[in-house]
Amino acid sequence: MKFQQIDQFAAELKADTRAAVYDGSKKGHEKRTKLLFDEFPDPNHLRRVAGKIKQHVVENLDTYLPAVEAKMKANGVQVHWAATADAANAAVLGIMRARGATKIVKAKTMVSEETELAHFLEKEGIETLETDLGEFIVQIDHDHPSHIVKPIIHKNRREIARSFEREGLGAYNDDPETITRRARTFLRHKYLEADVGLTGANFVSVESGRIVLVTNEGNSRFCLAATKCHIAMIGIEKLVPRDYDLGLLLNLLARSGTAQEVTVYTEFISGPKSAAQPDGPEEMHVIFVDNGRTEVLASECRDILRCIRCGACLNVCPVYRQASGHAYRSVYPGPVGAVLSPLLMGEKFAEKADLPKASSLCGACNEVCPVNIPIPDLLLRLRNKAKEENIPSPGTPPMGAWALLASQPTAWRAALWGGKAINYLPTNLLPIPALRAWEAKRTLPAWRGGEFRKWMKGRARTPGASAKTT
Amino acid sequence: MSDDRESILSRVRGALAPLRERAAMPDYTTEIAVMRNLLAGRDALAVFSERIKRVNGIALTDPAALVEKLRAGGWLHGYCDPALWPTLAPHFGEGFKVETVFDRTRVDDYAFGITRAAGAIAETGTVILDDVTTSSRLAALAPWVHVAVVNRAQIFSDLPQAVAALGADSNVIWCTGPSKTADVEGILIEGVHGPGVQIALVVD
Ligand code: SF4
Repeated sequence: MKFQQIDQFAAELKADTRAAVYDGSKKGHEKRTKLLFDEFPDPNHLRRVAGKIKQHVVENLDTYLPAVEAKMKANGVQVHWAATADAANAAVLGIMRARGATKIVKAKTMVSEETELAHFLEKEGIETLETDLGEFIVQIDHDHPSHIVKPIIHKNRREIARSFEREGLGAYNDDPETITRRARTFLRHKYLEADVGLTGANFVSVESGRIVLVTNEGNSRFCLAATKCHIAMIGIEKLVPRDYDLGLLLNLLARSGTAQEVTVYTEFISGPKSAAQPDGPEEMHVIFVDNGRTEVLASECRDILRCIRCGACLNVCPVYRQASGHAYRSVYPGPVGAVLSPLLMGEKFAEKADLPKASSLCGACNEVCPVNIPIPDLLLRLRNKAKEENIPSPGTPPMGAWALLASQPTAWRAALWGGKAINYLPTNLLPIPALRAWEAKRTLPAWRGGEFRKWMKGRARTPGASAKTT
Repeated sequence: MSDDRESILSRVRGALAPLRERAAMPDYTTEIAVMRNLLAGRDALAVFSERIKRVNGIALTDPAALVEKLRAGGWLHGYCDPALWPTLAPHFGEGFKVETVFDRTRVDDYAFGITRAAGAIAETGTVILDDVTTSSRLAALAPWVHVAVVNRAQIFSDLPQAVAALGADSNVIWCTGPSKTADVEGILIEGVHGPGVQIALVVD
């Protein structure tokens, strides 16, 4: 391999995919910044408080999980637990079989992407339909989402129009409004035929047992207006202590995720439909899913469990913008994915140990994160973990020679002196492919090695100055 | 699956056991997330009407204006909550067909649905639906136009106030403007699975 895996992927990315991802993420980021900073005098204060709330939850899951379970049961919800992806999928299937159900409509949930639920159910003969427009397009294309909030950020309208034509949803038409109307017409009858509606949850209040869903399209509402059974698949870290905390977190999620003050639909669901209501689920199930989260909790990187899946760190990340989501080979791309995906691999950490290296540690992800996760620190911890476990790192330039050079003062001095020669060499003709590729688009700055050492030697030794250097 | 419960909870306990200290819950007020400047000293209805416009929703205070709007849009066949119909019917003239039972087998027949709201939020231009006040979840969702009848006294100023008022209802929905998506090339399209037009009729 010439480069690291993620760089290789970026190098081979189609130009229009790169453009779509770049534009989409940049726009998302700029709108978010404007909204947060125009309206709040100190948005960073909000992020810090929200981060503390979620960290508190993560570090007290041992008491909060049984508490929320008890509350939900009191609300008439049936609570299930799934340690693994397989167990979570089996739980959904079990609930469906018990009801004699054969059709399920799904709203967008990241945890069901982790468990590949749709795929599993289809193999079991269950008609499974994604209803979020982006996820629906991903499903008919047998593709994967490339962003956690905007799943088809990598596709343009012409590709989508071709897919719709192929699926018999009308003659080729790439007008986004037509595409949306066609999906509307097709899907609304599917909801009405379905037996079960499946959602995730953005937040769960321990105090009231309410789950909160944050959406724009109205598909999750439809899932819960048309079907008789609601299943919510929820990662164990989604809790917040009180309803009170939702005011702040909802504010931050909408602004950070889609640059909205509040999403179009915010749904607070605490149980089956009320007695007089003609529409909606008579039965509600919650499946709490672990699938690797307890291992993350046991690691030095547990802060990543604060994540509220807003996607802001993807939008701002220079690596994500160039490489697109699929480069991360995981359900979670971007900075959050570079931390979470290798950890969720558990024993197979090595397979994704390269992801934490695909970062310049610029820190932009930490600055935008609504729950203030120190992502760059976590990336460093994971790099260290990979090093300690002796995981090979194909594609990274060998640093052995550099280490030798930098740790031998004599060799170093000699190299500095020799470096001056570079200023007189036609470097673009040197037979070093990496240097050639680099120089094809840039000019090497003039070599000025040794200046720092000179300055260091010559500078006056005052007590204050020497204290600073220790 | 009760095995899974035990194994998850014991792994959680095991993971947290080595922590010498647990992060404390911060002491804060949700006031920090309220746009106070926007609300200062203003009438809730005025703010609500202004803010719902920003998200492409419509606020009306006169049933006659509502009927006018529906007629202008060509939305003549719809559903109305039976509890509201006696007061609204006199405003609907010739040419309208209004049903008070929502028949899910004819979901495409209804161009509008009129249901009661449980309240509204001024700061964001949001109407609040809950399960007890909504006569039919489908009628408030499937038609192209949704009209939420909001009681003027139930307009909350901001999100934290509305959170505090969630109560015991099992299905509270905040609706802020028409349903929308930007999935295709980031272009905003209104009217995806839910209403393409969201109207709030504010009454005293
Ligand atoms: S890590 Fe932070 S910025 Fe990234 S998706 Fe999660 S909450 Fe959003």
